Amino acid sequence: MVTADLVNSLYVFILAAFIGFEVIRRVSPLLHTPLMSLTNALDAIAVVGAIILAGEHKSTLATVLGTIAIVAATSNAVGGFIITDRMLKMFKSSRTQKP
Amino acid sequence: MTPASEYVIEITYIVAAVLFILALKWLSSPVTARRGVWAGEAGMVLAVAGTLLYHGIVDYKWLAIGLVLGTIIGVPLGNVGMTAVPQRTALSHAFGALCVTLVGTAEFYLRAPNVPPFMMSVLSLEVILGGLTVTGSLMAAGKLQEILPQRPITYKGQNFVNLTMLAIAVAIAVRLVLHPEAVVLYPFMVGIALVFGVMMIVPIGGADMPTVISLLNSYAGLSAAAMGFVLNSKLLIVAGSLDGASGFILSVNMSKAMNRSFTNVLFGAFGQVQASSAAAVEARPVHSATPEEAAAILSAANKVVIVPGYGMAVAQAQHKVRELYDLLTKKGVDVKFGIHPVAGRMPGHMNVLLAEADIPYDKLMDMDEANPDFPQTDVALVIGANDVTNPAARSDAGSPIYGMPILDVDKARTVMVIKRSMNPGFAGIDNPLYYLDNTLMLFGDAKAFVGSIVRELSGGGGHG
Repeated sequence: MVTADLVNSLYVFILAAFIGFEVIRRVSPLLHTPLMSLTNALDAIAVVGAIILAGEHKSTLATVLGTIAIVAATSNAVGGFIITDRMLKMFKSSRTQKP
Repeated sequence: MTPASEYVIEITYIVAAVLFILALKWLSSPVTARRGVWAGEAGMVLAVAGTLLYHGIVDYKWLAIGLVLGTIIGVPLGNVGMTAVPQRTALSHAFGALCVTLVGTAEFYLRAPNVPPFMMSVLSLEVILGGLTVTGSLMAAGKLQEILPQRPITYKGQNFVNLTMLAIAVAIAVRLVLHPEAVVLYPFMVGIALVFGVMMIVPIGGADMPTVISLLNSYAGLSAAAMGFVLNSKLLIVAGSLDGASGFILSVNMSKAMNRSFTNVLFGAFGQVQASSAAAVEARPVHSATPEEAAAILSAANKVVIVPGYGMAVAQAQHKVRELYDLLTKKGVDVKFGIHPVAGRMPGHMNVLLAEADIPYDKLMDMDEANPDFPQTDVALVIGANDVTNPAARSDAGSPIYGMPILDVDKARTVMVIKRSMNPGFAGIDNPLYYLDNTLMLFGDAKAFVGSIVRELSGGGGHG
């Protein structure tokens, strides 16, 4: 069972890495800063692991560490999405700018 | 065995994974990019909502506190100024890695001493990468915020000390994989990773930050992917690999743009090697010009390429540059911007600063677009950039930046360089560009000087 999980996880990892390379290679250098802040925000999905950890309450240590982890990840998600959107809002083409 | 809610949760995760991939796909063009952010947000909300349905959750109190507190901290972090984006990004690498390291640590103590070898391997990878990213990113943020000295700090045997530390952490990891009952060793492994993160960034200077931030981004992503293996969470593996891939691609870009390898960035502090070439070239004559002369030359030009560097951001000159762009464009001058990949303190930073100043993005050219244009350019105006315009990178095999791709501003008919003084730039390398016959030095603060040119052009000086 453990091996099956491992093999599945490896499949997902390898396929996702390929998709990542292909998709991100196409991102314009113009948007590399928003790219980094957006991937950072998406990475905050680690919060789901922290939620389960803190919510299951298996030990005090797990709950404490889990709660701190939720704070760290949530602030990344919230801050990351806000700043990415603020940056992208500023990018205007000269065609749309001139009325 | 499996309640219905499990399936619901899995479905929200699959949809979230798809939304995350779409988010990055839509980022390929500024036209669709904002849709990408919405897709990412939707995926995140969906996955978190799905997780809250998980039947194993017995206590929601701490979850609520964590989510609320995180939001309270996140909102101001999302609203920092655009010049502060690099340090904010470094800080968010640290937060992301902190989350991963803490979860990994909790998982270890919940399972120890019965941790299967494979699980222990990925868990070690997770917390070592996570740990060094936490402190490394905090150091990088401190240097960028200028709380810590930006100059690289080096000492003899530094690389040996660093590599030994990393080797010890890995050795402990191997020992834990073979004998997970040696629980006491765990804190040492994490502790060494934390110290290693600090030591890794100590020798790195401000100009290398774009590469280092990208590399830390990659580590943060990989540690999250490793956490996905530990928790058997496919969604986390997907998000972590996307983040890791993105950081990796950006690191490669940045290294190429500086003609250096990862190892060279990490193990060879800059600013150490230029002694030979700098001494020989004291006190050579330069041509300088006043704002009036600069304004006259600019308004007589057909094609102007502005080359901004980090100095423009430091001087907060981007809004004055925008006024200059407006005035020249109104006079019929074709004005574009040539942007080097490592201009600024993180990948793409200069584009964000210029976009903030309302300069249309179709006027921003990357290095490959800009270089063929310089021979047909009347004036190349360099504002706060130095090393990325240094022709020694093409011609002088003895120069520490030899081989680094540069913007060929010296091929323009006239080069104007706004600079405070003749002091060498961040890397301490002398720039032969300043002594060329077609180069005019405009001495002064970038913001004030561009302001004076703007005043001249808008009719003040009568040169119009």
